[in-house]
Amino acid sequence: MSAAASFGWGALYGLGASLVIAVAALFGVWAERKVAARIQMRYGPLEAGPFGLLQTLADTIKLVLKEDVTPNSADVPVFRIMPFLVFVPCAAALVVVPFAAGWTPFGIEAGALFFLAVPGMSVLGILLAGWSSRNTYASIGGVRAAAQMVSYELPRSLSVLALCLLAGSLDPGVIRAEWSWWWLPLMAIGFVVYFIASIAELNRGPFDLPEAESELVAGYFADYSGIRWAIFMMAEYGGLVAASLFGAGVFFGGGFGLPGPVGAVVFVALAVAMTICMVWAKWTFPRLRPDQLMSFAWKVLTPMALGQLALVGLVLPWL
Amino acid sequence: MAVSVESRNLVSAPDGGSREELVVNVGPSHPSTHGVGRVIVHLDGDIVVKAEPVIGYLHRGIEKMAENRTYLQVVPLTDRLDYVGSMYANWAYCRAVERLAGIAVPERAEYLRVIVCELQRIASHMMGIGASAADTGAFTFFIYAFDQRERIIELFERLCGARLTYNYVRPGGVSFDAPQGWTQDVLAFTKAFRAAAADLDRLFFGNVIARGRMKGIGVLSADDAVAWGASGPTARASGVNWDLRKHDPYSVYPRMDFDVVVGERGDAYDRGRCRLLECVESCRIIDQAISQMHPGPVRTEGLPRLLQPRPGEAYDHIESARGSLGVYLVSDGSVRPYRMHVRSPAFCNLALLPLLAEGHTLSDLVVVLGSLDPVFGEVDR
Repeated sequence: MSAAASFGWGALYGLGASLVIAVAALFGVWAERKVAARIQMRYGPLEAGPFGLLQTLADTIKLVLKEDVTPNSADVPVFRIMPFLVFVPCAAALVVVPFAAGWTPFGIEAGALFFLAVPGMSVLGILLAGWSSRNTYASIGGVRAAAQMVSYELPRSLSVLALCLLAGSLDPGVIRAEWSWWWLPLMAIGFVVYFIASIAELNRGPFDLPEAESELVAGYFADYSGIRWAIFMMAEYGGLVAASLFGAGVFFGGGFGLPGPVGAVVFVALAVAMTICMVWAKWTFPRLRPDQLMSFAWKVLTPMALGQLALVGLVLPWL
Repeated sequence: MAVSVESRNLVSAPDGGSREELVVNVGPSHPSTHGVGRVIVHLDGDIVVKAEPVIGYLHRGIEKMAENRTYLQVVPLTDRLDYVGSMYANWAYCRAVERLAGIAVPERAEYLRVIVCELQRIASHMMGIGASAADTGAFTFFIYAFDQRERIIELFERLCGARLTYNYVRPGGVSFDAPQGWTQDVLAFTKAFRAAAADLDRLFFGNVIARGRMKGIGVLSADDAVAWGASGPTARASGVNWDLRKHDPYSVYPRMDFDVVVGERGDAYDRGRCRLLECVESCRIIDQAISQMHPGPVRTEGLPRLLQPRPGEAYDHIESARGSLGVYLVSDGSVRPYRMHVRSPAFCNLALLPLLAEGHTLSDLVVVLGSLDPVFGEVDR
């Protein structure tokens, strides 16, 4: 493929992923507000559009029209770029989601590696966003995010690695195609680790320490406003959707390996269910303390993921 | 601002070198300072070396303003002291006035005062533990607690027309008798609340993360609690059995059968849970008060609108949701108090913050602050 053609394809993927994330964020925010409202005996958005569906759109318009404030003391170029550096890796994760058996939009063989490595880069954006704000709260939030995301990447990667071992491939499309029913009990621990580590990786409650409202006001994006703040939010919801879709795709074989439209519907339903469970967890549990968070990653999740890997390794010779 | 905050301090370390301290200014506009509290926190890494509360952001000079008003006009001012527990300040002030002027209060009024103050205790504690849970990120619990508080506020609204600043307890009685059917609704509330309290207990105090966040955090020893003048649930959680309703009984409390909830460890968890369990005891008191209450007048007949007590002084205190709330009044024989002073339990409890927060992390600081349940209207006055 020539350089121009690959650039063209890259731009197309980028545009597609951004669009998907924008729409996902639009409905993700709405769904989160509705689910949270139901959990809290409220109604949530009601007025804008049917069931308040257009509420997020209205909020987005408001955010775009707001002044884009850059603090005087900030490191201006870094401060301005960082929201995009957080958003792009999250968007990139979508191109290796196995939307169909044997097929991912960006068909690279090491898709699983891509999925684990590229969104991990958003930690740089978060760290520097906090750092460049020159704000004590933001700096603490950024440093917390770095420690947290690096720690939780390990169990998350190990749990996906066990799956790759089972399928004999790093390609999420192949993992989805190879999936069979008995993977469900075999990979149960791995899925739990993946689910929890994904929440932590996305800095969502009960692991939302980097933005812990009651301690750090808004953490690493305390000084961001308007469109740049909206991009951080979009990155969060994009990551949420990507993690749910990828999890449903590889851990549940898409729609339990069902073919055709039924499989597609079950696939989307599973991803939506995972997203709602993540929202549910956020609105139910208190937040952990930084030291508890780290010891949970290293003393509970990592051994669990290693155990899962060992289990798959033991089963593998008999297949 | 008069207080300047250096963002970094070089401090000499015990090993002879120096280490850099990070100074974080928390508040006065911050999500978990419970109003306009401000704490200057010195951090070594994530550990709090020093936490200095800075107060005065809500100082309205209520004690001074009282000197320019008649005795009856001061009651609305006391509403604004502890704005989540206005009934207490009303009552503490009225008791001091009644003592100063020698006013007798009808029995039905005393019962109504007990009922509204126990309801107020539940409302205030719901706010206290709800906000303290929200500090740890459990926002849903906050909403559940507020739901209970809202029901009480609706009862108060029916009783006196106000939702927050009631001006209900007046010298010589209360402003209104209970409307038709009100006591039945209060009984229905206490019945429903007992079930809700069990749910709230499981939802937050039974949660493994909440236990991990609050147990062993901000431990206050019984000796320190007494030495620092702590009172209310803050002191009782440390095992200090001190409740004015039992130990300096006033009004009709001697006729009530209830237990004082006393904690063991004196940590943030015990302080929160003491508050929740106290609410259930309050339900017991309310039920008994309603069953003992008889129809009758709710205000002393023939009381002049301009009270003019003889020169002298009076002090009286009651058990508010935050602790021993006292009001000291001096009369020079005129129609206005010569001096009013409020002994604020929230102020005394807040003073414990530096003692309790040191050595914990920044995340624990908000838990400790929340567990002291300060209300800055009363701290600053």
